[in-house]
Amino acid sequence: MSVDKTTVAKIARLARINVPDKRLEPLAAELNGILNWIAELDEVNTETVQPLASVTGHALPMRDDVVTDGDRLNDVLSNAPEGASGFFVVPKVVE
Amino acid sequence: MSDLVKGSTGDWEVVIGLEVHAQVTSNAKLFSGASASFGAAPNENVSLVDAAMPGMLPVINRECVYQAIRTGLGLKAQINLTSVFDRKNYFYADLPQGYQISQFKDPIVGEGSLRIVMADGNTRDIGIERLHLEQDAGKSMHDQHPSKSYIDLNRTGVALMEIVSRPDMRSAAEAAAYVRKLRSILRYLGTCDGNMEEGSLRADVNVSVRRPGGPLGTRTETKNLNSLRFIQMAIDYEVVRQIEIIEDGGEIDQETRLFDTSTGRTRTMRSKEDAHDYRYFPDPDLLPMVVSQDEVDALAAALPELPDEIRDRLMGEYGLSAYDASVITEERDTARYYEAASEGYDRKLVANWMTVELFGALNKSGKSLDDCPIAPEQLGALVGLISDGTISGRIAKDVFADMFETGKSAANIVDEKGLKQVSDSGAIEALIDQVLAANQDKVEDYRGGKDKLFGFFVGQVMKQSGGQANPGMVNQILRSKLDRV
Amino acid sequence: MADLLDLNAVEAREALDKKAISAVELVTAYVGAAEATSALNNYVVLTADHALAMAADADKRIAGGTAGLLEGLPIGVKDLFCTKGVSSTACSNILKGFTPPYESTVTANLWAAGGVMLGKLNCDEFAMGSGNETSAFGPAINPWQGNDKTNLVPGGSSGGSASAVAARSALMATGTDTGGSIRQPAAFCGVVGLKPTYGRCSRWGIIAFASSLDQAGPFTRTVADNALMMTAMASHDAKDSTSTQTPLQDLMGAVGAGVKGMKIGVPREYVMDGMDNEVVRLWEQGQAWLKDAGAELVDVSLPHTKYALPTYYIIAPAEASSNLARYDGVRYGMRVEAETLDGMYEATRAAGFGDEVQRRIMIGTYVLSAGYYDAYYLKAQKVRRLIKQDFDTAFEKVDALLTPATPSAAFPVGRKIDDPVTNYLNDVFTVPANLAGLPGIAVPGGLTSDGLPLGLQVLGRPFDEASLYRVAGVIEAVAGFTQTPARMAGGTA
Repeated sequence: MSVDKTTVAKIARLARINVPDKRLEPLAAELNGILNWIAELDEVNTETVQPLASVTGHALPMRDDVVTDGDRLNDVLSNAPEGASGFFVVPKVVE
Repeated sequence: MSDLVKGSTGDWEVVIGLEVHAQVTSNAKLFSGASASFGAAPNENVSLVDAAMPGMLPVINRECVYQAIRTGLGLKAQINLTSVFDRKNYFYADLPQGYQISQFKDPIVGEGSLRIVMADGNTRDIGIERLHLEQDAGKSMHDQHPSKSYIDLNRTGVALMEIVSRPDMRSAAEAAAYVRKLRSILRYLGTCDGNMEEGSLRADVNVSVRRPGGPLGTRTETKNLNSLRFIQMAIDYEVVRQIEIIEDGGEIDQETRLFDTSTGRTRTMRSKEDAHDYRYFPDPDLLPMVVSQDEVDALAAALPELPDEIRDRLMGEYGLSAYDASVITEERDTARYYEAASEGYDRKLVANWMTVELFGALNKSGKSLDDCPIAPEQLGALVGLISDGTISGRIAKDVFADMFETGKSAANIVDEKGLKQVSDSGAIEALIDQVLAANQDKVEDYRGGKDKLFGFFVGQVMKQSGGQANPGMVNQILRSKLDRV
Repeated sequence: MADLLDLNAVEAREALDKKAISAVELVTAYVGAAEATSALNNYVVLTADHALAMAADADKRIAGGTAGLLEGLPIGVKDLFCTKGVSSTACSNILKGFTPPYESTVTANLWAAGGVMLGKLNCDEFAMGSGNETSAFGPAINPWQGNDKTNLVPGGSSGGSASAVAARSALMATGTDTGGSIRQPAAFCGVVGLKPTYGRCSRWGIIAFASSLDQAGPFTRTVADNALMMTAMASHDAKDSTSTQTPLQDLMGAVGAGVKGMKIGVPREYVMDGMDNEVVRLWEQGQAWLKDAGAELVDVSLPHTKYALPTYYIIAPAEASSNLARYDGVRYGMRVEAETLDGMYEATRAAGFGDEVQRRIMIGTYVLSAGYYDAYYLKAQKVRRLIKQDFDTAFEKVDALLTPATPSAAFPVGRKIDDPVTNYLNDVFTVPANLAGLPGIAVPGGLTSDGLPLGLQVLGRPFDEASLYRVAGVIEAVAGFTQTPARMAGGTA
């Protein structure tokens, strides 16, 4: 499996990273280098192996249904690049 | 099948599946300690976890998990003791993490079913494919500023249940009945308030058409419908649109559509080519979620009686019609009112008075059962006065209107206004004699064969009695006097 | 001044308790040391006033007899930890100006134990790197120099932490380790670095790189100091669902307990092509030391070792691609304005993330994307299980494993690498422990012929950090690693 310019552009779009056209080709080469290297895993037989997502071995802890947070507008908004009347503000979203 | 739709080239069968998003009733959010309540000032119910501050981590709210299990039990569904939370990755202004925590491969609830009742009393079982827990998104507001959108994260992270049906529905009416029934079950269980206006319950509708019994057609998904009416309108519009396209030789695009409430039409939101690539993978901040069979059993044991069970009882024991039983059991409060009102009285008659007079009056006055001026026992007592002949059904309507207005008991009103039915045969005979004497010509006509005039005489006698004469006795005595030649 | 800096943490604690020195004096010396060695660029924020205020409070508690475990000890914090009211950026432009209104659990634990925050330490951007060269603040420099005196990397990603502890501009430092980011820089800088068992230290408030691998740990000059700091850092945290409730062992007691009767595994797969001969020699030396100290050496096999790096370079970027989606210019950090929301996202993330971070986000996005998930991510998760099973099997026979910490000593800053994969190979000995969630410690073993430190790594069973300290304590005692780097505060060079 290897990626071409179009695929790199598609991935960049999915990741919301603006990649200039002239960077697509070199980036494809870099990514292919990595992908070829990780393709080494193909030689491992994993037919009967269950995937391992978590190593802790304990089950998900649960908390009680109690309101313990919120009501901290300043903490929430103080780092925002743009805000107004208690809202975050972004360029207009058109649906 | 009566639900087939006629096109210009023949009949079409409609295939509908629904994905309902129901907000879980809980104090706090699914993965944070912020309040899940409505109506706060912007970004007030937001924790640092909800705002996806760097290094913040999710911890699950047990009650939300239990609510999902209760709902699963109410849908007679399989409860999965181990389930997994995945990340659904996409960028949006009101999705601070850049992913929604959801359940993709291993949901907490598996297959179940839900019984719908149509207006004709027919029932159908609609398959439930799955139910999973996920986070709600925030709110983007687009009207505050010409070139900006404003973001409020109060809803961000509130727990939702996504309940996915099988494509088992065949008409807009069935889809509406499904949502109504689902809402009813959720409200009985107390797992979702079902408030569609506030968005606590909203549906994505998958619609396709096919030749009866033929292979499935390509479906479209219309997103985020928040009323029963819009659900039906969107389906009706889609059905007509799809049939027209196919009959004109076109093909249906598999796409996501939006419903425009002002025009009643659906329009393309995004096509299959633009479909998101959500890159689901197990959330590494969370571990597989395990609940014990004991926990599930305890939740099951504590479930309230559900509408289907009550409905079966009302039909089986009380002899109510399927329709009345469904209407009465749709809401838990209504069912409770009915049980209290009909206790000790004619069950069918109380049902009738409830569904027609009471609901009518509530509707007209814009009141709900909560602030109904007539207590259940008072309605029962009114029906009791009819049953024992104290008042006639017609008088009862006036008494009812008075009760609704004043909150007084039926007996009081009947006493105060002297509305007691006259069942004294002598008094009724005297009334009849008066009426016959005043209408000698009509008596002749009747005896000459104009049978229909009988009703006229009954009406006159009732009028003379101020509606208080016992109608059965009036009929009987009148007939014997008129037919005595 | 210089003798204050000579004290290790355990010694400094004694001197403080005996009132031989004050916390203010000690902290003042370290602030001076940080300023004197600023050319090493290991601090990105020096919070001198804050440190002195904390030191004054520490002196009061010492005087009042309520001194905590780390009372008065000056500690540097990797910039990956969120610190309340102090800029926290993961050394990325995208978090420029971000001041958290919260304190990470780990640092909160340190301050609760009386520790004093000196400032924030340089690291690779979002902890992605092995040389501290991807930092938006420029590279941190290793205080050690070879004969040619060129600037060397301190390793990464916790390069500033290792550099500061080695240069004595911090007595202790926090780090995080996702694929070796504590152990590799510790080895490069000749200090002790522990990556605890996954779940041992809370991840709450630490800027995430790869959630299933990230783990915080201590950098110190000695093994005993390390056990001391670790004892204060670790806690069960209800705010982190992956945090463990397994009680912490007596780590301080383990340091001098020796290795008599312990079975130490030597994994035969840890001999790699292109490995430095001096690294192999130190590894053999380490085996001999432990044998002499009464341990039994056992040859073990970890057959899937060679697949650990490719597995890691699927899982870590995949998780990172998702973890870093929140840096979108909306709620904090940098924003590059644009007409549309997507335009703003794309411009902000292109300008805010450096090349290596972008590369890893792209790889991670790709391996999770439709049609490739099974071939890459799912496959990697399966191999991850095999790697863990290798360790499980080995730990049925042995109590700990001894391996080299790195395949080479520190390399020059700015070394031209065309192929990113070459850089990734730095983590070859450290990554398997992250995949399996095991604890690992790097402890200095000696110098190369060029005068650069080399480290040994000890790996243990989950939640058995005590065994690591036993083994590391012996290595430290026998190796007699007392050399100090050329560019050290108060040093002669």
